[in-house]
Amino acid sequence: MISARGLRKSFGDFEAVKGIDVEVRKGEAFGFLGPNGAGKSSTMRMIASVSPVSGGELRILGMDPATDGPAIRGRLGVCPQEDTLDNELNVFDNLYIYGRYFGIDRATCRERARELLEFAQITEKAKAKVEDLSGGMKRRLTIARSLINNPDVLLLDEPTTGLDPQARHVLWDQLFRLKQAGVTLVITTHYMDEAEQLCDRLVVMDKGLIAAEGSPRELIDAHSTREVAELRFGVGEHEGLAEKVADLGERVEVLPDRLLVYSDHGEEVLTAVLDRGLSPIATLVRRSTLEDVFLRLTGRSLAD
Amino acid sequence: MATDTTQRGARPAGTLTAWQGMARQYDYWLTVYKRTWRGGVISSFLTPLFYVVAMGVLLGGFIDGDPARLEGATSYLAFIVPGLVAAHAMQIAVSESTYPVMGAIKWHKTFFAQLATPLAVRDLVNAFVAFVVFRIASACAVFMLVLAPFGVFESWWGPFLAWVAQVLVGTAFALLTFGYSARLKSEEGFGVLFRLGVLPLTLFSGAFFPVANLGPVLEWVARLTPLWHGVSLSRMFCLDTVDWPVAAVNVVVLVALCVLGWFWSVRGLDKRLEV
Repeated sequence: MISARGLRKSFGDFEAVKGIDVEVRKGEAFGFLGPNGAGKSSTMRMIASVSPVSGGELRILGMDPATDGPAIRGRLGVCPQEDTLDNELNVFDNLYIYGRYFGIDRATCRERARELLEFAQITEKAKAKVEDLSGGMKRRLTIARSLINNPDVLLLDEPTTGLDPQARHVLWDQLFRLKQAGVTLVITTHYMDEAEQLCDRLVVMDKGLIAAEGSPRELIDAHSTREVAELRFGVGEHEGLAEKVADLGERVEVLPDRLLVYSDHGEEVLTAVLDRGLSPIATLVRRSTLEDVFLRLTGRSLAD
Repeated sequence: MATDTTQRGARPAGTLTAWQGMARQYDYWLTVYKRTWRGGVISSFLTPLFYVVAMGVLLGGFIDGDPARLEGATSYLAFIVPGLVAAHAMQIAVSESTYPVMGAIKWHKTFFAQLATPLAVRDLVNAFVAFVVFRIASACAVFMLVLAPFGVFESWWGPFLAWVAQVLVGTAFALLTFGYSARLKSEEGFGVLFRLGVLPLTLFSGAFFPVANLGPVLEWVARLTPLWHGVSLSRMFCLDTVDWPVAAVNVVVLVALCVLGWFWSVRGLDKRLEV
C-alpha cells in the first residue's frame, strides 16, 4: 500500500526526515512511534500527498505523490493532528460537504454522513455546532470525516493526543472496528500504550531516522527483558544507588525519579534489593513496554 | 466520479478540471452564503446607498452640473455614481479576500482540510474567488438597479457594460488581495492595506472628482492605479461617453491584473500551505 525508500524531508537547512525505508501492507495497522520532533508528522504529510518529498522514493497505492497527488488523496482518509473541522458548519454538514470534495454525489454523501454519525456515536449531535462538541466527539467527527470517501488507507496523526482516558478507549474501539473491516491504518503516536494496543507493526523513529522496526512484541523481545523492576528512592539518590543494584539485572536505567532494573524476573530483583538493606520509597514490577524499547534505543524517554 | 478518469488525457491521474474543482466546492460556498448573506445585505447595499444620498445628492447639490468639467456628466450625482459603484466593488473584493483568507489558513485551517482531498491549491483559489466575484456581482447589480430611477444613466445598454466593468475591477482586486493575504503572517498587514491601499485609491482614483483636477503629474499617477481603470470604464458606459481606445486599454490592464493576480495567489497559497 505504501512504500518508501530513503525518504527525506527538509525545510531549508533543517532535515526533519533523514532517509527512511517503510513498507505498509494491505489491511495492517502500522505505527510510527517516537517523541515530538522525531519526523513522524512530516512523514505523514508526505504520505498524505500534501507535502512534496525532498528526496528518496515514495509510492502510495502504487502511485507517485509528485504526479498523482489528487488520485492518491481521493483514496486516503486523513485525520490530522490538529482538528481542521469547520467550526462554522454543523456536525452533519462537516461530513456532507467534505464528501462533496471527493466528487461523491449528494444523495450518497447524505447517506454516508448518516452512517458515519452512527459509527462515531454522535447521531444526536447532527445539527449541533462543532464548537459545542467535547474534545473526544470532535476527534470522532474528524475520524468520521476522514472515512467519508471509504478510503483504502486511513492516516491518523496522533489520534488521541489531548483526550481523557475514557475518550481514548472509545476511539481505540472504533479504530479496532475499522481494522477488522479491512481498512489499512497508519498511525503516529508518542503514546506507547496506544502503539501496543493498535499496531500490528511499527517503526520507532528518533531524530528523523528509524531506530527499529517490528511488531510491538518483537521489539520488546529484541530490545528489552521480560520484566522491569522500578525502584523509587529519595530525590538525587538514584545515580549513586545505580551501581549497587547493577548486577541484579541485565541492565539498569537511571531516570530522574527512579531506577529501572531490567530482568526476566522482576520479583527476584526486588527481594534482592531489600536483602541488600536498600529501602526504596516505592517499588513496582511490570512487563516491559515499548517505552523501555525506546529508552534502550535512544537513551531518552518518549516524554522528552 | 467516472468522468475524472475518462477526462484524464495528458494530465496526472485524478487531476480535476478547473470546473470540477469548483463544482465540488459549490455546496460549501452555498452553506457559507446562507449563513452570511444577511450581514452582506447591510454592508453591500445600504452603505453605498448612504454614500450616494450624502455625497451625490446632498453634497452634490452644491456642485454645478457642468459636463465640460465632470467628464460629460450633467449632474454631480451622475458623475459620482459610476465611480462609487466601482470603488464599492473594490472594497467588497478586498474585505472578502483579507480576513477570510487568513482565517482559512491560520484560524479555521479550512484550506488544510480541503487540501487533504483531491482538490488542489488552484481549485481552492478558483472557488474562493468565484464566491467573491458572485458577491461583487450581486452587490453591484442591486446597487445599479437602485440607482436606475435617479436618471443617472444615459443609455439602456451602458449600465450593463458598466456592471461588467465593475465586476472586472472587483475580480482584479480580489485576486491581488488574495495573493497578498496568502503571504501575510499576521493580520496587522491588513491595516496597512486598508489605510495605504484601499482608502487612497477610493479617494483619489477618480471616483469623487475628475483625476484631471490632480494636476498633470498626479493625474497620471491616478491613471496608473487599477481602480481608475474600473472607474473610467464604469463611467464611460454609464454616461455614454465611451472613448473606445481608452476603454480597450482599461480592459486590457484589468484583465492582465486578473491573470497576474491569479498566478500570484496560487503561488502564494501553494507556498504557504506547504508544511
